[in-house]
Amino acid sequence: MTPSSGTVEAQQLVPTPPAGAATNAGGPRDRHRLRRTKSATSLTPVSALGLGVSLMWFSLLVLIPLTAVLVQASAGGWSAYWDALSSPQTLAALKLTVATAVLVTAVNVVMGTAIAWVLVRDQFRGKQLLEVVIDIPFALPTIVAGLVLLSLYGPSSPLGVNWANTRVAVFLAFLFVTLPFIVRTVQPVLLELEHEVEEAAASLGANQLTTFRLVILPSLAPAITSGAALSFCRAISEYGSLVLLSGNLPYSTEVASVRIMSSIEGDKLTEAAAVASILLVVALIVIVVLDLISRRVARYA
Amino acid sequence: MSIRKLLRVRTVAALSAVAATVLLLTACVGGAAPAGDAGTTTLHLVGFAVPKEANNAIQKKFAETPEGQGVVWEESYGASGDQSRAVVNGLKADYVNFSLEGDVTRLVDAGLVEENWKSGPTKGIVSDSAVVIVVQKGNPLGIKDWSDLVKPGVKIVTPNPASSGSARWNILAAYQQVIANGGTEADAKEYLTKFFNHVAALPGSGRDATNAFLEGSANVLISYENEAILARQSGEDFDYILPDATLKIENPGAVLKNADPKANAYLNFVLSQAGQEEFVKKGFRPVIADTPIGEVTGANDPAKPFPVPGKLFTIADLGGWKAVNAKFFDEGGIVPEIQKATGRSQ
Repeated sequence: MTPSSGTVEAQQLVPTPPAGAATNAGGPRDRHRLRRTKSATSLTPVSALGLGVSLMWFSLLVLIPLTAVLVQASAGGWSAYWDALSSPQTLAALKLTVATAVLVTAVNVVMGTAIAWVLVRDQFRGKQLLEVVIDIPFALPTIVAGLVLLSLYGPSSPLGVNWANTRVAVFLAFLFVTLPFIVRTVQPVLLELEHEVEEAAASLGANQLTTFRLVILPSLAPAITSGAALSFCRAISEYGSLVLLSGNLPYSTEVASVRIMSSIEGDKLTEAAAVASILLVVALIVIVVLDLISRRVARYA
Repeated sequence: MSIRKLLRVRTVAALSAVAATVLLLTACVGGAAPAGDAGTTTLHLVGFAVPKEANNAIQKKFAETPEGQGVVWEESYGASGDQSRAVVNGLKADYVNFSLEGDVTRLVDAGLVEENWKSGPTKGIVSDSAVVIVVQKGNPLGIKDWSDLVKPGVKIVTPNPASSGSARWNILAAYQQVIANGGTEADAKEYLTKFFNHVAALPGSGRDATNAFLEGSANVLISYENEAILARQSGEDFDYILPDATLKIENPGAVLKNADPKANAYLNFVLSQAGQEEFVKKGFRPVIADTPIGEVTGANDPAKPFPVPGKLFTIADLGGWKAVNAKFFDEGGIVPEIQKATGRSQ
């Protein structure tokens, strides 16, 4: 199937909107809201079963382990919890991890969207290859990623740089393992987006920037923010690619997951769980903030 | 590319990855555990990764003895601390071989190993080694001893003592050599502070540290004699120096309480001259005196592979692991405090 026929197919699936951009952008969301209210009041037996299975699955795989982490973290009472978190070394590691993950996510929002745009809208040689290569950071064991990055940006770098054992190395490793998220969440949405809407906007006098800001961006916002959330969460938990690359220097390049490993090696599970629970809370806050941003941007439409 | 095609490509990729993993797993399991016909005993060995080849060679020799006949092995190797925690959490083991005494103590605390596991002639230790200084080929910096490591231009890589228990040997060697040479505790702390000022990287494990060194992250690697010899046996091109004052590394082995009796016979065989010879071939120092020491390729002098350092101290000289961990590595201990001082000044 060629790329262009994909777009045609997408256009056929969605009925052509009767009027301008504004009504179109509002349409699907209204329908979605309608469906949700309906299903909340009456569950058919099949959907009840589906809900039950999903919840059970989710509980076994996610909710129960997460609860176990929190229980473990609170095992020694508040004082043990506080001791673990008042260690300046742990705080330094947490600060570095969160700050770098925020920075990396911001870069990914711009670059990921740009790469998705290029992959969907532009025709060029090697496009198919790029499509496949994008996913490699997902497939590569992270320790291998660390080795690759070390030979590329380390002391024997062919680029003539030496970023091994510096904070730049942490940034690069996070960037490498999180690259695909936003590309892969934005790409399908961009594929479904209709050219007519942009043309309509243009015919109504909008320049390209306005069209992007008021027409395209609001449609992409939910995809970008969910990709950003994934990318952030992946970054704060990264370990494998850093063991070789960052040097794990305390107060300098040591990240939170290395602190957790150290606590486990020292048989201090409460401490490890306390740090992990902080990461969980940070991730939760970031997910909520991103969701709020997404709603705000979508409201432009 | 359309979404459908995209999905198809990724599905195929994912499926082939799964298929490859399954194949690999079956290959591993298939190799280790033939179906148990009459007369065979399956023993489970859980250990740290470095002595795998030595263990396999000893198992082969053990199978030729009357007691070892019909023994088949199921083995699991990994980082020492992780392996020990896995046994506590239910990984089946008859015989364990760890890099640190504490990893066996964890099993004693969990009621899996007898309290008196150290009552044997070697006090529970099955192989020895020593902390060494690895340098680039030809030793361009002219490093001879610990004191040379804190000179300008030296960049040290050593595994992270916080996240890898085995890395603690190295830090303790650097500290204690000052005292062995007549210094005070204050002198030793001062040296260790200077030492950490020269540390360029603290990779996750001993093997990671070797990789980082080979990539050129630093010009000095603190390692273990057996690790250096093994790397040279497999073709790595570097020199190593056995300092005049250094720490003896002692790797424990133990049989679990509910193990098959053959596991005890195996431990006895490991501690026999025939068993120790296999450790020697892989660069470990024997724990049994009079073990014949043949040619060890990879050693500085293959004919005389294990010279005796002027001052070889042990963990017992430092008060044993429990005291050492509390004094050096726990929160507020010597090493975290030095790292706080040096880390912040960088």
